[in-house]
Amino acid sequence: MTSTLQRPPRMSARDVLRVGAVGLRTRPMRAFLSSLGIAIGIAAMAAVVGISSSSQADLDRTLSALGTNLLTATPGNTLTGEQAKLPVESEDMVGRIEAVQEVSALGHISEAKVYRTDKVPEEQTNGISAYATRLDVLSVTGGEIGRGSWLNKATDDYPATVLGSVAAERLGVREPGVHVLIGNTWFTVVGILDEVPLATELDTAALLGWPAAQTYLNWEPHPSTIYTRSADAHVHTVRDLLGATVNPEAPNEVEVSRPSDALAAKQAAGEVFTGLLLGLGAVALLVGGVGVANTMVISVLERRSEIGLRRSLGATRGQIRTQFLAESLLLAALGGAGGVLLGALVTAGYSAYQMWPIVVPAWALAGGLGSTLVIGAIAGLYPAIRASRLSPTEALATT
Amino acid sequence: MISLTNVKKVYAGGVTALNNVSLHIDPGELVGIVGPSGSGKSTMLNMLGTLDQPSSGSVRIDGHDVGGLSDTKLAALRATRIGFVFQHFHLAAGVAVVDNVADGLLYAGIRLGERRERAAKALERVGLGHRMNHRPHELSGGERQRVAIARAVTGNPSLLLADEPTGALDSTSGATVMRLLRELHEMGTTVVIITHDGDIAKSLDRQVHMRDGGITRDSTREHALIAEARR
Ligand SMILES: Nc1ncnc2c1ncn2[C@@H]1O[C@H](COP(=O)(O)OP(=O)(O)OP(=O)(O)O)[C@@H](O)[C@H]1O
Ligand SMILES: [Mg+2]
Repeated sequence: MTSTLQRPPRMSARDVLRVGAVGLRTRPMRAFLSSLGIAIGIAAMAAVVGISSSSQADLDRTLSALGTNLLTATPGNTLTGEQAKLPVESEDMVGRIEAVQEVSALGHISEAKVYRTDKVPEEQTNGISAYATRLDVLSVTGGEIGRGSWLNKATDDYPATVLGSVAAERLGVREPGVHVLIGNTWFTVVGILDEVPLATELDTAALLGWPAAQTYLNWEPHPSTIYTRSADAHVHTVRDLLGATVNPEAPNEVEVSRPSDALAAKQAAGEVFTGLLLGLGAVALLVGGVGVANTMVISVLERRSEIGLRRSLGATRGQIRTQFLAESLLLAALGGAGGVLLGALVTAGYSAYQMWPIVVPAWALAGGLGSTLVIGAIAGLYPAIRASRLSPTEALATT
Repeated sequence: MISLTNVKKVYAGGVTALNNVSLHIDPGELVGIVGPSGSGKSTMLNMLGTLDQPSSGSVRIDGHDVGGLSDTKLAALRATRIGFVFQHFHLAAGVAVVDNVADGLLYAGIRLGERRERAAKALERVGLGHRMNHRPHELSGGERQRVAIARAVTGNPSLLLADEPTGALDSTSGATVMRLLRELHEMGTTVVIITHDGDIAKSLDRQVHMRDGGITRDSTREHALIAEARR
């Protein structure tokens, strides 16, 4: 009869999972709700990371399509604080810089206002500015014509205009062919631009040919923005030379900028916000973790007789502890998996809506799941230890 | 099989539930423990089943001194040698009967497939082979107790401890349960039953009478019959 007591083999991972899932199976609604807390936190974080990565990917795509070698020179302020002007010959001067591949320019026609009809009082300008434009502005800035056509040699000296996307919208112009009043002259709209990310001033512009501006609006030709493209390797050199070349007498009255930097900076500003949202997601996750801990504490209280029974069936303290820890981990992992899925879906939906490439970084998903496991372990530890400390007789006494 | 020597159990509140009890049970015995409420029967059964430790004195089961065993060793003892049947069945609600029974082998380190097979056999033995996939709430009280017995014996324990197994049942169901326990005894299992029912007690080979935490009488059935004849 007597024999040495052998310790039974350890429970298989499958059995640990099965036993850990008992609470989830018997109280599915409670399990669902407490993992929902975790899921919301993880979904928020995954979506924030996913959306910001997708928007970054979109920017990268835009920049690689538009190039980062565009530099613009605009007049700054004089020492006395007045608006400076660019010299007439500055365009040619810039063209002579060896590394510069392309040059183009806009000339602001400050006196001319732009209206759809002559019934609008003169003070209402809609924020639309009239510009004389060189014909190659579009190719140098990477702009695209949305409807109609761009100006050409024939329309250059003709009362024809191309509207920026915002300008067209504000004037209520949907199709080319209509007329708009610029200064005191009616101009035919021949084309409407798409948005120009690297030269947003074009979006609110009414563009006329350089000679046309002189002919119809008595404009005194002066460039107000000079655009240059140079080989990527020389952008910095050109940038340093540009001010002095444009206005050798007063280089500091010239503002040189690189529009692609501004785009990237806007993105970087968004990152602060991303960090904030991520923090909020982390708080939600923490609250979710507290929810799981709460569920586990209640679960242990309610299942004292089950614990007693299991002890009578031969469960060790460790096995009881493992059971409740596994349950907590399962709850958290379910929430984590649901949250990651939800976050990925939100990212995909939002990115598709924004026409961004969909990027859901693997590190964010893995990190999300990993953190839920840590939370599950922490949330389940105390209840699991309590469960394992219950004496079998005490546990069995509660029916 | 089991021996208690000078076992004393004092609960936290200061109640002495067992007072210097000594008891020896041989392998293969069928023993009834009887006595009024509060006399210490359940406390005694907990000692026999290693679910609780005495305040003083020693408990030996299958040659092992329970006081000297670690939690793991005690658990192993319960998992492989001892089966329990409780008054209130303690079945997992919402879990199929066959899985309830299979859980009796969970901590003995047996694979799921084999646990289910053995559980099915144990259910056949208690006459519930046709109810394997029912949930406990679909069964009568007597059937539930038979499921609990199946769970207790699927691991072939050498010791079966039952605390008022018929306490919550009508007399017919109670009789079925008793028949099953007696069958187990006939197959060699040591069976200890706590009961309030005088008729059930009389039908057992040996009766241990308790009162106020002590054993007042320990008699075999023959003794009882003789005693009755004398009167
Ligand atoms: N966990 C406990 N803490 C304190 N006192 C307890 C505990 N368990 C039992 N007792 C006391 O110990 C004594 C014996 O209890 P026990 O449960 O062994 O009685 P019993 O003979 O099984 O009674 P019944 O027939 O009513 O089940 C009782 O006085 C009871 O109040
Ligand atoms: Mg009792």
